[in-house]
Amino acid sequence: MFQVRIHGRGGQGVVTAAEVLSVAAYLEGKHAQAFPSFGSERMGAPVVSFCRIDDKEIRLREPILEPDALIVQDPTLFKAIDVCQGLKPTGYLLVNSNRSLAELHLDAIAGQLPKGHVLTVPASELALKHVGRPLPNAALLGAFAHLTGIVQLKSVAAAISEAFSEKIARANIAAATAAYDAVANAPAAA
Amino acid sequence: MNDRTITMDATQKLHFYQKGTFTVGNRLVSEQQRAVQASTDRSNALTCGHRACQGCGEALGARFAIDAAMRATDNNLIAVNATGCLEVFTTPYPETSWQTPWLHSLFGNAAAVATGVAAAMRVKGRTDVRAIAQGGDGGTTDIGFGCLSGMFERNDDVLYICYDNEAYMNTGVQRSSATPPAARTATTPAMGPEPGNVFGTGKSVPKIAVAHGIPYVATATVADLHDLERKVTKAMGIHGARYLHIHVPCPLGWGSLSHDTIRLARLAVECGLFPLFEAEHGAITGSQKIRRRVPVEDYLKPQRRFAHLFASEESKKRIGLVQAIADRNIAEYHLLDQEGDA
Amino acid sequence: MLKQIEGSRAMAETIGLCRPEVICAYPITPQTHIVEGLGEMVRTGEIAKCEFINVESEFAALSVAIGASAAGARAYTATASQGLLFMAEAVYNASGLGLPIVMTLGNRAIGAPINIWNDHSDAMAMCDSGWMQLFAETNQEAADLHIQAFRLAEELSMPVMVCVDGFILTHAVEQVDIPEQADVDAYLPPYEPVQVLDPQAPISIGAMVGPDAFTEVRYLQHYKQTLALRLIPEFAAEFKKQFGRDSGGLLRTYRAEDAELIVVAMGSVNGTIKDTIDAMRADGLSVGLVTLVSFRPFPIAALRETLVRARNVVVIEKSLAVGMGGPLANNVDLALRNVAGAPQVHSVIAGLGGRPITSASLHRVLRRAFVQPWEGSHFLDLNEEIVAKELHYVRKVRRSGPTAENLLRRLSQAAERAAE
Repeated sequence: MFQVRIHGRGGQGVVTAAEVLSVAAYLEGKHAQAFPSFGSERMGAPVVSFCRIDDKEIRLREPILEPDALIVQDPTLFKAIDVCQGLKPTGYLLVNSNRSLAELHLDAIAGQLPKGHVLTVPASELALKHVGRPLPNAALLGAFAHLTGIVQLKSVAAAISEAFSEKIARANIAAATAAYDAVANAPAAA
Repeated sequence: MNDRTITMDATQKLHFYQKGTFTVGNRLVSEQQRAVQASTDRSNALTCGHRACQGCGEALGARFAIDAAMRATDNNLIAVNATGCLEVFTTPYPETSWQTPWLHSLFGNAAAVATGVAAAMRVKGRTDVRAIAQGGDGGTTDIGFGCLSGMFERNDDVLYICYDNEAYMNTGVQRSSATPPAARTATTPAMGPEPGNVFGTGKSVPKIAVAHGIPYVATATVADLHDLERKVTKAMGIHGARYLHIHVPCPLGWGSLSHDTIRLARLAVECGLFPLFEAEHGAITGSQKIRRRVPVEDYLKPQRRFAHLFASEESKKRIGLVQAIADRNIAEYHLLDQEGDA
Repeated sequence: MLKQIEGSRAMAETIGLCRPEVICAYPITPQTHIVEGLGEMVRTGEIAKCEFINVESEFAALSVAIGASAAGARAYTATASQGLLFMAEAVYNASGLGLPIVMTLGNRAIGAPINIWNDHSDAMAMCDSGWMQLFAETNQEAADLHIQAFRLAEELSMPVMVCVDGFILTHAVEQVDIPEQADVDAYLPPYEPVQVLDPQAPISIGAMVGPDAFTEVRYLQHYKQTLALRLIPEFAAEFKKQFGRDSGGLLRTYRAEDAELIVVAMGSVNGTIKDTIDAMRADGLSVGLVTLVSFRPFPIAALRETLVRARNVVVIEKSLAVGMGGPLANNVDLALRNVAGAPQVHSVIAGLGGRPITSASLHRVLRRAFVQPWEGSHFLDLNEEIVAKELHYVRKVRRSGPTAENLLRRLSQAAERAAE
C-alpha cells in the first residue's frame, strides 16, 4: 500500500488533490481511498487530505500516520504544524515552492531521505501561468507522478478531465504536464 | 326590526327576515344559497357519535368546514389532524367519526405532514385529491408554528384550518399564545394583582399568515356558518398555501353556557375582538363590517373566564384595556361603515 | 457500473435508483452531500416522478415523509446527530404508525459539546424506537443497504435507518459499483402499502390507543423485528443473486471460527480491525472478528452462535451510555446471557466524537485483552493527563468553569509545552 498525505490551506484544493489522485490510481486498475481530515470549512485554515493506493481492497480507515509520500501545497505550514510527522524513511517529500530546499530549511530532512526523494516545484507559478489562478494541486500531482512513479501522467490527466469542465481541465492538465516535465528535466537533486 | 340586505359578495345576496329573533330559517333561502350542511347529500365527513362536549364550537366549525371542503373537492380530500380536542373526541378508540381519509401524527407537525400528503398526491398524478391540515390554537400558534411557517413559505398546496378556542383545552385549559389578555386559564389563574392572562402578550397568526404572502388567508367564525362555508369553498378553489382561522367558543374552557356558543361567537365579532377579514398574497382584500356594535362587556360577561374583571370597580378598569384592543381592531380592519355604528 | 466516487454521491445515485417518490431533508453535516446529490438528480430529471422538498427543520423533514408515506408514496429522508434528536418525536411516530420510511443516518456525535465528527451516539439514542438499524462497513455496503432497506421496510411496513459513518464513509472517495436500474427494479418492486390514505376507501390512521390494546401494538412491532431476523438474511441472499455480491445480512465473521478472542464492532472500523487481526494472526494470536450489520433487530441467536466458543469477546464501539458503559457491549451481553461457559465480554469505548481508531491502538488493547482482561468499559486512547488535571482542579475550585473549555485549554497548553 502506498500512502500519500497532502497538506495545504483551505481553498487551495487539497481535498480535490487527494480525490483526483485516487481517480488516477483507479483508472490504472488500482484500489484507492481518498478522504479529508475534517474540520470546519474555512479559507486559509490548515487542511490535510489523504490518499491510499493499493493493488487490493483497502480496508484501513485511520488517518495516514506513516505516509510514503507528502505533498505540501503551502510551505508556510512547516512553521505551523509538524508536516513531516511519521514520514517513512524511504518516503517522498514534494513541496510547492520556487525556492530551494536550503532556503526552505529542508536540507536536513532531505539528507535523511533517499536521494532524489525530496523536491520543490513552483506549482503555484505554473498554475498561474496555465490556469490563471495559483491553485497548485494539479501541477503538484503532475510532479508527483514523475517523482514517485506511483501513477502515470496520463492517468492524472484523465482524472483531471473527469473532475473539471473541459476548458478548466485542459488548463490544469497543461499545468500538470509542465510540472511533470520540470521534474523530469531537473538536474539530479542533492 | 327591518329587512336588511347584506352583501357578502357578488354571488350571494341574502335577505334576512327578522321576526323578533336574529335567527334565519333556511327555508327562506334558495337551494343554491343553502349551506352545504343543509343538504341531505352532504358528505358527513365528521359524522355523529363523536365525544365532543355539549355546545362545542370546534365540532360545529369542523363539521361545516370539512363538508364544505368535501363538496368543493368532490369528496377527494385527505385530512391531517394535530393532537388536540378535535382529534381526541373524533377518534375515541376503537371508533372514528371521520368518513374521509384521516391521519393523526403529532401535536406540532400537522402542516408538515399535510405537505407530505400533498406531495404524494402530486407525484402519483392525483391532482384531484387535496390535503387539509387542521388543529387547535395550541397546535397551530405555538408548537406547530415552525411547521406552519415552513408550509406557508414553500407555498405547499395545503389548506390549514385552525380552530381557535383560545387555550389548550384538551389538557385542562392551559394558556396558549392565542389566549386573549385577561382570560383565566389554568396557567394564568385569576389571582394576584393582574389576574388572568398578561396584557401585551399573544400573537395574531392570521396576520402572520398574511405576512407570508400566501394565496389566501381568512378568519371565520361559527357565528356565521354561511360565511365559513364560503371561505372554505373559496380556499379549495385556490392552489398553494392557504390559512383559515376559525373562532370556536369552548363552553368548558370559557365557562360559558353550552347554548351560548354561537351567540358568544357573534358577540366577539360584533364587539371587534374577532375581526373577520380575507387576504390574498399579503394584502387584506376585505373585512366584514360590524353589523351592530356592542361594548366588550357584552361579550365578556357571559364567560366565567372573565368573571374576575367584574369583581370590583378596580378590576372593571381592566375592561377598558380590553375595549382598547377592540377599538384598535376596528380601526385597523375598518370594521365599521364610515357612518360609525350600524 | 464501477466508479471511483464519493460515498455520499454513491448513496445518492443508488437511492435514486430505488425510485423514491418524495424526498425531504434538512441540511446537517455530514449528510449534506447525499441530499444535495439527490436534489440535483431530481432537478435534471435523472430521478423522475419525485418531489424534492426543502424543509425548515428535521422535525418537518420526517413529518413530511410520514405524510407522504401514509398517502402511499415511497418516502426518504436523511439526517444525523442533533437532527435525529430534533425529529425524535416523529421517529417514534413513524415506527408506531408502521410507515416504511427509509432514512440515512450519517452517524455523528451528539452535543453538548457540539461535535461534527463521527460516532454512533445518534443511532444509539433512537435504537429502541422501533426502527430497524443497519450499519454499513464500506461505501459499497452503504449504497447496497439502501436498496435492501426499502425492500425490508415495505415488506414489514416498518421504517429503516441505514447508518453510515459520517465523514469516514460519507466523505471518502473509493470504488463503488453503482447498480443498474434494471437490477434494482427486479429486486425492489413498486411500493404496495399495507395502509394508505385513499379517498376511495377512507380510513382513520393515528387514533389514540388505550391500556387495553397498547401492549399488543408494541408486541406486534417487536414481533415484526423478529420476522426481520429471518428476512434480512433472505433479502441479502436475494441481493447477492441479483447483484452478484455479499452485502448486508445480520452479521458476518472474519477469521472467527476458531478464535480464542473475538472482536465485535459495527461500521467502518471493521476494516481497520481486519488489518489488525491479520497482523496479530501472523504473530500467532488467535483472534477473529464479528461485524454486526443489523443492530436492530439485534441478532441474539446468530451472535451467540459465533461467540459462544471464544474465551474472550472484546466489543469495540463508538458509543457511550453515560452512567452505564458501552451500549453495544450491553447488547452483546444479552446474546450470552444464561449461556453456560460463556466467554467474558470486555467493553471498549473508542472513537467518540471522531477520534481516529488506529491500528496501533487496536493492537495494544487487543493484546491486553489476551493477558489482562478488564472490568467495566475501557476508554481507548483516553488522555489521562488532562482528565487527572481537571479532576484535581474541580476538587479545589467550586466555580471551575465549563469542563469542555477547561480540557481544550489544557490540551493546547500541553501542545505548546511539547513544541518547546
